[in-house]
Amino acid sequence: MLEIKGLTARVEDKEILKGIDLVVPDGEVHAIMGPNGSGKSTLSYVLSGRDGYQVTGGTATFDGQDLLALAPEQRAAAGLFLAFQYPVELPGVNNANFLRTALNAIRRARGEAELDAVQFLKLARTEIKRLSMADDMLKRNVNVGFSGGEKKRNEVLQMAILRPRIAILDETDSGLDIDALKIVSDGVNALRAPDFSALVITHYQRLLDYIVPDRVHVLYKGRIIRSGGPELALALEATGYASVIAEAA
Amino acid sequence: MPAVTETLDTVQSVTQSGYKWGFSTDIEMDLAPKGLNEDTIRLISARKGEPDWLLEWRLRAFAAWKTMTEPHWAKVHHAPIDYQDIHYYAAPKKKAGPKSLDEVDPELLATYEKLGIPLKERAILAGVEGAEDDEENQRPPIAVDAVFDSVSVATTFRESLAKVGVIFCPISEAVRDHPELVRQYLGTVVPTNDNYFAALNSAVFTDGSFVFIPKGVRCPMELSTYFRINARNSGQFERTLIIAEAGSHVSYLEGCTAPQRDENQLHAAVVELVAMDDATIKYSTVQNWYPGDAEGRGGIYNFVTKRGDCRGARSKISWTQVETGSAITWKYPSCVLRGDDSVGEFYSVAVTTNRQQADTGTKMIHIGRNTRSTIVSKGISAGRSDNTYRGLVRIMPRAHNARNHTQCDSLLIGDQCGAHTVPYIESRNRSAKLEHEATTSKIADDQLFYCRQRGLSEEDAVNLIVNGFCKEVLKELPMEFAVEAQKLLAVSLEGSVG
Repeated sequence: MLEIKGLTARVEDKEILKGIDLVVPDGEVHAIMGPNGSGKSTLSYVLSGRDGYQVTGGTATFDGQDLLALAPEQRAAAGLFLAFQYPVELPGVNNANFLRTALNAIRRARGEAELDAVQFLKLARTEIKRLSMADDMLKRNVNVGFSGGEKKRNEVLQMAILRPRIAILDETDSGLDIDALKIVSDGVNALRAPDFSALVITHYQRLLDYIVPDRVHVLYKGRIIRSGGPELALALEATGYASVIAEAA
Repeated sequence: MPAVTETLDTVQSVTQSGYKWGFSTDIEMDLAPKGLNEDTIRLISARKGEPDWLLEWRLRAFAAWKTMTEPHWAKVHHAPIDYQDIHYYAAPKKKAGPKSLDEVDPELLATYEKLGIPLKERAILAGVEGAEDDEENQRPPIAVDAVFDSVSVATTFRESLAKVGVIFCPISEAVRDHPELVRQYLGTVVPTNDNYFAALNSAVFTDGSFVFIPKGVRCPMELSTYFRINARNSGQFERTLIIAEAGSHVSYLEGCTAPQRDENQLHAAVVELVAMDDATIKYSTVQNWYPGDAEGRGGIYNFVTKRGDCRGARSKISWTQVETGSAITWKYPSCVLRGDDSVGEFYSVAVTTNRQQADTGTKMIHIGRNTRSTIVSKGISAGRSDNTYRGLVRIMPRAHNARNHTQCDSLLIGDQCGAHTVPYIESRNRSAKLEHEATTSKIADDQLFYCRQRGLSEEDAVNLIVNGFCKEVLKELPMEFAVEAQKLLAVSLEGSVG
């Protein structure tokens, strides 16, 4: 279970998160919506431990473990996965090698046996097939020369292989056509399980047609100003953020 | 050998007046007195039991050296070298080696272990007595000619090579057993007066490897030599000569590891390659001499002259190097493409960290028609180091349809290091086609974070990114060397981020 209490954070001199309270129980999918500049990406980077995002107060725990005290790779080993809004290119680094290195690092950190190349390929091919992706995905260099949609799909493939316990999807729907959106959503839905939870950050309701959230939160100026069920997202789609913002003010 | 005795006596009497302790008769080492003069050269030549022609050859080189000055065009800085404060000859005493690996300095073994050097080779490298004779552990198909300081102490697989007529032995032995070959080729690629350090090497070289591949023979195994500097302040002056006769093929591997030393050590090797018609020589190097401490104290000065002569038509010489060590590297493995349709290649990874300085690259001299060359250079700089690629592509008037493709990529880690690319291109034939590509990039924070978010430690992430960057070069290395080189990159860059 992810528990965030009174979390404040700044980037350089600017306070972006001004006190976030959020609980994501195991097995649930929560959506975070909000206009540009409300702090959505900052929240995902703070939770995953990116340098330059300075926590100034509050706590964030995962299953009682203090997330904020861990290095990014330790958070990954604890089961936290961030699907990047802008996946990064790694020239010369083959996707299969990258994924196997990552998977084995996580398995090692958890005291599990590492997978050899054959075991890994078997696992990877199964996931690729399930996600209707091309086989050459593994041979290509990480995100190099990938289209926007391919990059996002690659994030979902990585997530499927690394099997996180909590996934943060940072605007994974941006730049996706409807087919890709469906593949990505199927990938996320396939992971849904009692011990898996997700925080889906998005601008638009349309992703939530495919990944139906248990809860929806509206983030505005560094605070969650409104929470509700899936119907909240639909209401936002109809009326825009202005009414919610006005209500909260 | 009365002549030898006489020379020794002469040298001893000379040195005893000039040097307080005369010969250093340390338990483990047999050192010549410090300093360089004709007597030192006579001593070396006498110790090696060399013929007169070679002594004269050395003395001519020394005479040339005295008229030359140290080159200072490279982008490296160092305190003046006192050439008179160096021992020019050091031989390990035959029976002083450890009896087993248990007696070897654990730190040295730890280094070998990190680099993934097979146990058997570790024993040979560490000078364990009898290690090279222990048949059980022998691991074909790599022949190891381990150079310990100046005298080769282990040569394996020589017999199976001899069956196909391949000669692979210390050059001092070749001088004794195959003088006609050595005399015919020595100094024909790198003349004694080629440059300051080559002249110095020619005057005082103590050992190195000799390889001869007869006509039409494909050498049945990779030839591998490990060099190691062991004696404090003993300059290392290896001389390597590889001759590939018409239609032959050889792959030669060279790797170095040096234990930590406080004082700078001069290393000025010369490597000469000769490829006749249709012959191929592949020369791979993994160099990790001691680079000095974090402040740049100590470390090896590596001033090397390596040159291959594609003397025959359709011959090919390919250099691959992974340079991670040395305080200063000054090294330009080159190809003289004399034969028509000959091919030269240079694949290089040079890593500098802390205060290391590397000025390295290649020269491709196109003389024959339809000659082709490829240069791929990957420079990685971290810490406060300076990494320079310096390369010359020269097309001579007769070299019709010559081709060159050059690619120079630099990767920066941190913001206090330097990467420099200095290409020289001279074309004297209008039909030549020359391409030069260069890039400079930084390991970006977002790349590191991306990897760490996936569970990789920062060092594993750097490692992965660096290995990806170097892939084009590493794939040119023989398989087992490639693995060692990857580990070496990791060890070299340990702690360079964050």
